[in-house]
Amino acid sequence: MRKISSVEISEAIAGLVKEANYFLPEDVLKVIEKSAREEESAVGREILQQILLNNRIAGEERVAVCQDTGIVVVFAELGNEVFIEGDLYEAINAGVRKGYKEGYLRTSVVDHPLRRVNTGDNTPAVVHLKLVPGDKLRLIVAPKGAGSENMSIVKMLKPADGKEGIRKFVLQTVMEAGANPCPPIVVGIGLGGSFEKAALLAKEALLRPLDDSNPDPVIAEMEKSLLADINKLGIGPQGLGGSTTALAVKINTFPCHIASLPVAININCHVARHKEVII
Amino acid sequence: MDIRLPFREEDIKNLRAGDVLTLSGVLYTARDQAHARLVRSIEEGKELPIPLEGQTIYYTGPAPAKPGAVIGPAGPTTSYRMDPYTPILLKNGLKGMIGKGGRSREVQEAIKEYRAVYFAAVGGAAALIARSIKKAEVVAYPDLGPEAIRRLEVEKFPVIVINDIYGNDLYEEGQREYRKIDI
Repeated sequence: MRKISSVEISEAIAGLVKEANYFLPEDVLKVIEKSAREEESAVGREILQQILLNNRIAGEERVAVCQDTGIVVVFAELGNEVFIEGDLYEAINAGVRKGYKEGYLRTSVVDHPLRRVNTGDNTPAVVHLKLVPGDKLRLIVAPKGAGSENMSIVKMLKPADGKEGIRKFVLQTVMEAGANPCPPIVVGIGLGGSFEKAALLAKEALLRPLDDSNPDPVIAEMEKSLLADINKLGIGPQGLGGSTTALAVKINTFPCHIASLPVAININCHVARHKEVII
Repeated sequence: MDIRLPFREEDIKNLRAGDVLTLSGVLYTARDQAHARLVRSIEEGKELPIPLEGQTIYYTGPAPAKPGAVIGPAGPTTSYRMDPYTPILLKNGLKGMIGKGGRSREVQEAIKEYRAVYFAAVGGAAALIARSIKKAEVVAYPDLGPEAIRRLEVEKFPVIVINDIYGNDLYEEGQREYRKIDI
């Protein structure tokens, strides 16, 4: 058994939340830069330039790219040969508390969905724990803003709806979201599993590098054609009209019941934050 | 074009959806919970902690200011969440709103009826926008933390007109121009 202390975990999380909020990921920047050249609308091109300028300012001043520094979602892959000294969840929350305070990041979490009192330190984090072989702990931190999260949706389609039904559902969802999720967006789609598994698949899809594609050729083709169709919707940067509505579409799949076709769509804004570390 | 706040009737009359301009003067920040409290006060006939007549509300909850900074990153939040509270504020004199994303039919009608303007700022450009904020102080509901009402003094704050008093909607018009697919 390899020991990992709570303190080590907290320190790692505190560092990750700051880095994730101060800098747009390289893969996202690359696609925005390309879009800023190719966008058909002049207003759209100007907005993409402002987004790039904003990222430079945030990096230089070490401040958050967006004031909505999100609720912290953590994917923890815990090796079965690791012994954690202390409480993993408490260690993660201690890291969030420290990182948000030190990093001048906004505390955006309320204690109860109806009472709604700000917890004051952005805790608790939403933690997804996976047990894997080995003696390492992988921590992926993905602070998620509400503008795009609020436009996300899970629907249980009929198996007969197939590819065309999925296509319609995705295009309708993106169309209705319009300017709200701060386009250009990244679209994460979970196909299959069960009701809750589909949602998790969609969120995991958002963690993939923007330039990869699904190893399954059928799904890879869907990712490509959905991206092309979404960019024909005309929503454009900030919803003011244009040809850059989405930067990428990522689909993750899982086997499902003979009677089900669960589809989850998790939308991310262009501030598609995620950072990871392996301890 | 730069408009000095608070708004005068002729400023509002001249603005059209699609106009790109800057605003200078005083803005008040308010989002979900501050809106709920303002509307409750109006309904109960109580005095409001901020003036509404001719004023502009910016939908934002800024990040904390670093030492020496006026304010932290402060981009717009999504506006539709404020839709249920907006017509009553417009009825009570509010003239400008800054946020992002489309408004309900009711809000668009109220904008026409009460002669106001809805602007968008660039969502996610929070560090850039913060540069045009020269002064910030919490003036109401400090218990709400990032959702407290702040009085901001801004210089050349960049906005785009989305909804004007003539019933135009830039989102609808702009998106229609570039749409190449029917769903």
